[in-house]
Amino acid sequence: MAQTGTGIAVTGIGVVSPVGIGLPAFAEALFAGRPGIGPLTLVPTERLSVRIAAEVKGFDPAALFDPARLGLLDRAAQFALAAAREAVAASGLSFDAELGARTATILGTGVGGISTLDDSFHRLYAQGSNRLHPVTVPKLMISAPASHLSMEFGLTGPAFMTSSACASAGHAIGMACQMLRAGMVDAALTGGTDAALTLGSLKGWEALRVVSPDGCRPFCRTRNGMVLGEGAAVLVLERMDRARARGAEILGEIAGFGMSADAKDITAPDAAGAGRAMAAALTDAGLAPEDIGYVNAHGTGTTANDATEARAIHGLFGDHARRLMVSSSKSMLGHALGAAGALEAAATLLALRHGVVPPTIGVVEPDPACALDVVPNEARQASIGAALSNSFAFGGLNAALAFRRV
Amino acid sequence: MTELVEDVLTIIAEKGRVGRERLVPEARLMELNIASLDVIEIIFALEERFDIEIPFNANDAASGFNTVGDVIGAVERAVASPKAAPSATPSAA
Repeated sequence: MAQTGTGIAVTGIGVVSPVGIGLPAFAEALFAGRPGIGPLTLVPTERLSVRIAAEVKGFDPAALFDPARLGLLDRAAQFALAAAREAVAASGLSFDAELGARTATILGTGVGGISTLDDSFHRLYAQGSNRLHPVTVPKLMISAPASHLSMEFGLTGPAFMTSSACASAGHAIGMACQMLRAGMVDAALTGGTDAALTLGSLKGWEALRVVSPDGCRPFCRTRNGMVLGEGAAVLVLERMDRARARGAEILGEIAGFGMSADAKDITAPDAAGAGRAMAAALTDAGLAPEDIGYVNAHGTGTTANDATEARAIHGLFGDHARRLMVSSSKSMLGHALGAAGALEAAATLLALRHGVVPPTIGVVEPDPACALDVVPNEARQASIGAALSNSFAFGGLNAALAFRRV
Repeated sequence: MTELVEDVLTIIAEKGRVGRERLVPEARLMELNIASLDVIEIIFALEERFDIEIPFNANDAASGFNTVGDVIGAVERAVASPKAAPSATPSAA
């Protein structure tokens, strides 16, 4: 297996997810195949036909943030901060002025502070109020989570958010890797966050007619749509040489990154575009298709995505596609939009590190048309050297990350 | 042709950008080049026009939204049924 020497070390992971808060709870649930999808409780459901979601449960903002600060934080920023605290603590890094200036903060989000937007507009349009809270704008702006992370840890280097719908976190992590490789920074906090389970947002998804009424069953013959989720994951990244030199525990390596645009359709996926992103990630990592043992699929559970993604995998991997394990963590996590790529990067890193592939749960019968080993319903012990994680967004914006076991 | 059918066909023709003369009941939406986004636009327009809820999931071939006749039938059924809560599938617990 080629070693390009450009690998990026992951030295910290933090997770806020529907299957658990914190990396140990997340790992335990993923390997146990425990669903994070259940009845929707965050908003009243009388007016919704979508009544299930993957909600983050047991998240207590008041225990994490003092009241004055909490007033500034949309749920998406709260998730990002909680995940970042865990990731930074795990990395053992302490950000003095010098390292803070050499650290990038790059998060992805699909919709940003939509709870704040939804609540504010409800107040204005429905309740007849004529004034909004003074921090409405700084709270809802989609770049706020990056700002709050930079303030929390004193990160004075490059900081911004990426937005490419459901691939936002993939693009963020890729950008962070490129900046580390280029020597622009020595460390990066990167990942993604989204908390879009609001009435307005759910109504929008309902109108698209792609949400399942009863569950997310990616690559299953009976699949009937996606289930919305929420959450955040943050990774601490460093150049491999620097991480080794300081004796950091290295949780995994990001070996390469690929991106592409379908340039075709605002909702329909495209196998060629997806294939180009995966192929670019392999090339960037110096990996051959046969080196990959596992693909953490985009796997939304819609008929269109899963069939198209399967076609792209067969196109790129040829005969090796039948030996690959391909699972969708969205079967447990739901679709956390701009956080999905970060949560799934964490899942892929765990798979490599523990030698266990998380399953695709809820599979009644693998769809013969997809013809993939989707690791149905039970995790599988498997020593894997390298893996891919796919993020294919609405609007045809694709990102794929390649990981190597360390 | 009833007024309801007239209205349905007008909406399909407009949102699907298809000539009215091609909208015979057995015509398949796919063969009329009505893309999936156009189908949900049509459903939205029909729901607005008739103040109804049409259960439709783009993932589910069994939704039975394949032909022009299927669309007319879905509207007729929705108009005839007493207006209830949104079209939640009963199993959506």
